[in-house]
Amino acid sequence: MALAHLTSSSRSNLLKPLATVLSYTDSFRRPISTSTDPLTIETSVPFTSHKCEPPSRSVETTPQELISFFRDMATMRRMEIAADSLYKAKLIRGFCHLYDGQEAVAVGMEAAITKKDCIITAYRDHCTFVGRGGTLLEVFSELMGRQAGCSNGKGGSMHFYRKDAGFYGGHGIVGAQVPLGCGLAFAQKYSKGETVTFALYGDGAANQGQLFEALNISALWDLPVILICENNHYGMGTAEWRASKSPAYYKRGDYVPGLKVDGMDALAVKQACKFAKEHVLRNGPIILEMDTYRYHGHSMSDPGSTYRTRDEISGVRQERDPIERIRKVILAHDLATEKELKDFEKEIRKEVDQAIAQAKESPMPEPSELFANVYVKGLGTEAFGADRKEVRAVLP
Amino acid sequence: MLGIIRQKAFGQSLQRIRPVASSWGGYSSTSKQMMVREALNSALDEEMSADPKVLLMGEEVGEYQGAYKISKGLLEKYGPERVLDTPITEAGFTGIGVGAAFYGLKPIVEFMTFNFSMQAIDHIINSAAKTSYMSAGQISVPIVFRGPNGAAAGVGAQHSQCYASWYASCPGLKVLAPYSSEDARGLLKAAIRDPDPVVFLENELLYGESFPVSAEVLDSSFCLPIGKAKIEREGKDVTITAFSKMVGYALKAAEILAKDGISAEIINLRSIRPLDRPAINASVRKTNRLVTVEEGFPQHGVGAEICASIIEDSFGYLDAPVERITGADVPMPYAANLERMALPQIFMNAARR
Repeated sequence: MALAHLTSSSRSNLLKPLATVLSYTDSFRRPISTSTDPLTIETSVPFTSHKCEPPSRSVETTPQELISFFRDMATMRRMEIAADSLYKAKLIRGFCHLYDGQEAVAVGMEAAITKKDCIITAYRDHCTFVGRGGTLLEVFSELMGRQAGCSNGKGGSMHFYRKDAGFYGGHGIVGAQVPLGCGLAFAQKYSKGETVTFALYGDGAANQGQLFEALNISALWDLPVILICENNHYGMGTAEWRASKSPAYYKRGDYVPGLKVDGMDALAVKQACKFAKEHVLRNGPIILEMDTYRYHGHSMSDPGSTYRTRDEISGVRQERDPIERIRKVILAHDLATEKELKDFEKEIRKEVDQAIAQAKESPMPEPSELFANVYVKGLGTEAFGADRKEVRAVLP
Repeated sequence: MLGIIRQKAFGQSLQRIRPVASSWGGYSSTSKQMMVREALNSALDEEMSADPKVLLMGEEVGEYQGAYKISKGLLEKYGPERVLDTPITEAGFTGIGVGAAFYGLKPIVEFMTFNFSMQAIDHIINSAAKTSYMSAGQISVPIVFRGPNGAAAGVGAQHSQCYASWYASCPGLKVLAPYSSEDARGLLKAAIRDPDPVVFLENELLYGESFPVSAEVLDSSFCLPIGKAKIEREGKDVTITAFSKMVGYALKAAEILAKDGISAEIINLRSIRPLDRPAINASVRKTNRLVTVEEGFPQHGVGAEICASIIEDSFGYLDAPVERITGADVPMPYAANLERMALPQIFMNAARR
């Protein structure tokens, strides 16, 4: 059938095949997914602001963008679910913090910025990395500790980086990424680049002292940094009302303006990030609180249901799932049919499976890799392994 | 946290300190004398002048001219964008410095003393030292953390700890400890130019000491190699290793020992990580005896590492067990007599043993 042939032959760029699906429906189907005709959509939840004027609820977008939101979020979702299976199959070791449910934040943010802007986040970084251009192969290889991984297998789940696309990790120490992000913004301002940094952290990290130290300096020095609190309401197993005297994280900046955003709505996220970028380039830091939710537990060793009810989880899935919302918008505006969207999902599933298969083929790092990259300039000094007489290397 | 800011009367010596080393007038016709403070200032000045990516941040480095006047004149010369006074928030500003280094700048983060670096140690170790490795070389961290380390005079337990062994145990960091003005200039310039995170341990009591410097040292391209120790005094009966202030004491000890006919070889380590194991081993193979000297706490200290290294590589050459001279295994007391007891004063007994 013409349609099946066309959709299955596309890779990451679905634009052309869909454009020629004329025969499938009665009406003339214009090339919807390539269309960059502007479309304005109202966010379902208004923005709440602190010490600033909130942006408008009307978000400008295009059919192409909405389709790409759907594809990107569906890819992230499938990737995280596949990682869950790989972890249970013991191919992924150690920590694995999954992002499913929060995809709208990564995707909406990317839509508002360029690769010259910087992003830094904590350890729930797989999807943020993909948003910055990381490939599925790099993700799965790194998770399984293989050479094809983005950190050559030496970082693991919490340490993905992609410097040339402005992604600075991937940090395991709660809250540490916030001062680092302010430092990136400092360097951007110093280099006069008119670019900004997004430093993401969770509701659990929002009480960290170093965050307020860095925020103070950023406000004093007018650094172009946007602090995004991805509030999924649980810091590991501790609900926000048990950890924070004031869970209004967008107000925590006190003298720094803030905005509370529906983090399950990719369009709202995009609008807020666009607003924030313009704001910080003129006025110094701002805090965005993304009201979001994670379906999985904190990590793979946490079932996620001892501190919250299954009803709550399934309730959010039914009412607020970010992918379903975009699906509804796409269908409501007749930008694609249900079958087309389902076909995208099937294709994504295949892509993910292929990436996993390829990642499994990638070898583990060479033993010499143990001593690589300790320093940029090793000065020819000796490094020792566990048995000093047996394992020694000279650092280049 | 600040404790007592030392308000010594530097008198005329302060007025003579100028940022540019080459304007130093002749003290004697044969060699110029330079204070360590001046050496550090000139190194900072020259490196900031040579590379616009180098910047300095810390408490009181700008308008106050530096808590110990190391950064005197730099704010005036380079402006507030490159010489940044920070609030008293080590974790915050150290993280910001490391983030700036991720992006490609070359920050120098000053700790008023390294005791305060403990507030920021997560960023030094987890954010700076380990990042090149975790990112498989994608992200490098060309940052220098500098400031006074170890005991001063009467500043009490919370302001007197030596951090050399703590930082030197961490792969990914380089740790330097200058003694003389030549060391200070050469090693600081090397540290700033080095693409890896460097912990630069100065000593408050050395800031005011003067040392002769040659024309080569005064040249703006002067740089010392990282990872190489210096034989300050050659000898053949016993090797004494030391770093920072203790080198001066070791040299005095060598004088006294010489009167008794004991010829001591004094090694100024200069670099704690990487440690110049070849140089120390070569010396011990010549003298067959070793005394390690340091100011810090004895357990798991620098001397312990040197001792282990010698045993691994030169056991057969030792005529006697290695001796360690260290600070006392107590927090630093305030009373002058107790403080004296807590720090190395006399090494000769160990050398004689």
